[in-house]
Amino acid sequence: MNVPNLKASNFKSDITPIWCPGCGDFHVLMSITKALAKLRRPPEDIAVVSGIGCSSRIPAYTNCYGFHGVHGRSLAVAAGLKVARPDLTVMAMSGDGDGFSIGGNHFLHARRRNVDMTYIVMDNRVYGMTKGQPSPTTESDWDSALSPGGTGLRAFHPLVIALASGANFVAREFSGNIKACTQTIVEAVNHPGFSFVEILSPCVTFRPDEKEWKNQVHEASVAETDDPARAARRIMTDDGMNTGILYRGPRKPYSASVSDEVGDVSALEQFFEI
Amino acid sequence: MTASLEPANSISFAIVGTGGAGAITAGSMLIEAAGKAGYYGLLTRSVGPQIRGGEAAALVRLSTKPAACMSKEFDILVAIDWKNADRFIGAMPVAEGGLVICGPAAGDPPRAIRETDCTIIECPIGELAKSVPGGRENMISAGLVAELIGMPLEEIRNVVSGKLASKGEKAVEASHGCLEIGAQTAAGFDHTCRLAAPEEGSNKRWLITGNEAVGLGALRGGVRFAAAYPITPATEVLEYLSPALASVGGALVQAEDELASINMIIGASFGGRPSITATSGPGLSLMMESLGLAAASETPIVVVDVMRVGPSTGVATKSEQSDLNIAVYGFHGDAPHVVVAPLSVSDCLFTGQWAVHMAETLQTPVIVLSDQSIGQARVLIDRPADITFMTRRKPFDADGEAYQRYAITADGVSPMSTPGQAGGQYTADGLTHTERGSPSSARSDQKEQLDKRHDKIARFNFGNHWGITEGDSARATVILTWGSLTGAAREAIDALQDEDIPVRLVSLRQISPFPEEPLKAALAGTKRLLVVEQSYSAQFYRHVRSYIDLPFEVRQLNREGPYEIGPDEIVTKIREWNDQ
Repeated sequence: MNVPNLKASNFKSDITPIWCPGCGDFHVLMSITKALAKLRRPPEDIAVVSGIGCSSRIPAYTNCYGFHGVHGRSLAVAAGLKVARPDLTVMAMSGDGDGFSIGGNHFLHARRRNVDMTYIVMDNRVYGMTKGQPSPTTESDWDSALSPGGTGLRAFHPLVIALASGANFVAREFSGNIKACTQTIVEAVNHPGFSFVEILSPCVTFRPDEKEWKNQVHEASVAETDDPARAARRIMTDDGMNTGILYRGPRKPYSASVSDEVGDVSALEQFFEI
Repeated sequence: MTASLEPANSISFAIVGTGGAGAITAGSMLIEAAGKAGYYGLLTRSVGPQIRGGEAAALVRLSTKPAACMSKEFDILVAIDWKNADRFIGAMPVAEGGLVICGPAAGDPPRAIRETDCTIIECPIGELAKSVPGGRENMISAGLVAELIGMPLEEIRNVVSGKLASKGEKAVEASHGCLEIGAQTAAGFDHTCRLAAPEEGSNKRWLITGNEAVGLGALRGGVRFAAAYPITPATEVLEYLSPALASVGGALVQAEDELASINMIIGASFGGRPSITATSGPGLSLMMESLGLAAASETPIVVVDVMRVGPSTGVATKSEQSDLNIAVYGFHGDAPHVVVAPLSVSDCLFTGQWAVHMAETLQTPVIVLSDQSIGQARVLIDRPADITFMTRRKPFDADGEAYQRYAITADGVSPMSTPGQAGGQYTADGLTHTERGSPSSARSDQKEQLDKRHDKIARFNFGNHWGITEGDSARATVILTWGSLTGAAREAIDALQDEDIPVRLVSLRQISPFPEEPLKAALAGTKRLLVVEQSYSAQFYRHVRSYIDLPFEVRQLNREGPYEIGPDEIVTKIREWNDQ
């Protein structure tokens, strides 16, 4: 059902977000509610699913149906919901720890499965809620109490992995650029299949260096492509601060879905009769 | 050579061959034919870890009364070959006076068989099969058994015609030829082992496994979504559900792991679709965190745990009742939920349906503790009765008031809205929350919501489904058991009855919340209580004792798998006690 004249405020709940002042997630929340208004679906037809972490608080801050589950499993909850209720618009929210570390396996398989939904990962390259530990996207030499002197581990490249595992829509945005974020989220939701949007969202508390991101990000100078190999080459050689839609693919979304039809279970009994 | 004089009410046979030899196909065809002829029966498979080339045996028991468990001894053993047979022959002894048929080319029978006082007949099964173009040894074996037990060949011919129709007329003819030759050959043996005639007026039979039955029960209960990760011995639940769900407008998604499958069903259920998954111990362990989420967020789900020997990988293909502790006590925090256990293959259907009813009504996770012994047994049963529960979630009606998803109500169950319902929006949460669902760390919210989740289950009317009691209440000796061992206990009690040792049966289907009052009432008048369970550490006994005193003489028969506790052991235990 399309409803005219929805505003971002129609998608906000009355709960005050608990984030540090200056957190990028405030902007992501704004972009999401603005995008939902543009999509012109009423809030009751939208489901926002998340795991655990700062970014995963978002469902309760929207006026949509929300599910705030356990750490790392938002994609599984969202996939089950979308297959069971293909009529809903389903969005999943994660951070870099929730999405790429504890939820890493689902990150791969959700793309393979290509259920029609949108996955927004707020990447701040740190575990914020537990007060500053390195995540899979943290630079190898970033010093912390848990890993003094740095992890020594190579940072994870979520967009390349997304392309390699079959995501149907891949984009990177910066939280501070609300207009671009909003538009990309709208495009991601409208594109059939699994859409992945990484939003660079600074953690000003544990990664004050990320305050500089606003000066470092730049719109991609190259147009989007439908060739995953090309997209992967491009993203592997950029400086990590390129934003925009990188890839839009033609894969058909996952097909199984549950209908409202009330099937005749008694017909199944014949199978056991001898 | 010996010959049985009286036809028996129960006969067991095994057809043994290397994986791929078709032993299990032969057993399946024989049990189906027996069902058509009006018998009851049960088929289990013994297979090695390799799919082909390892041992494979069809173990079949046919009887005139419903058969709940496999015999511990076999009246007839047909060995297509003895390769790898040593590995399991110890657990599958031939009865004294029993019959072993084996090909001379297969070599000497294993020592355990040679040392049994049984008749060994050399029969060139391979040669006989070769005498029929396209003939197979397993069909020769089926013909041998059919003749020995006195089953009309016509019944099995018809089953073969049906099963092999897709393979063409030649395949059917070859198999019919083998059946004839097998039967003729056995007619020449100076040994019969007749099965008594089936009871008159036999009901329509179903041939079904516990894993299929629990799936069908769930569908009857209204399940329309499943997520699955394969695991022995639960995979057949999922393989059954996949096409069955599709045929009724539902869907099954194969997940990447159990963490995903449990969360997928939570998502689907949040979307308003009754949902299920099935797993075994290792998978249940992985699911525990999210089961807690379902409890806290009050999302209805059913998890079937087809228990196997644990801990860790244990013995994947054999049964144990050792997941009781994790199912009841494995949640972190205080998370009231429901745990039930089917009492037989047939009862998997009822319990599966009942589990869905309770999950939906109480908005809570329900764990069904089935196990390998009933999950993978294929059994002839009377068509189970139709049961109707008035299953539905307490609905949300938009009435202009601000919706409170976790509202405190008299019965503890809150109205549950479904995505798409305007005015019903809320965020389901594993965080401690207010009545509305907003995250909260307030002491009062934690207490109120814990109370509510406790009360909704404590106040639920479980009816008379908590368990069964069988036998005259004047009998002072009682066997107390649970789940799948009910059948073995029942057969033991029948056997003891023949020795004039009267024993009653009390068996629990409802494990948690503990059915304290009904069980106390059922045990009234008990003097001697034998607690029977397949668990090394007596998890069931300890669970019972944590709720009620057992002021009787109490003995325990508890042991680990993989060797199943059978009626014989129970009989021995009671008989010894009786003699003291």
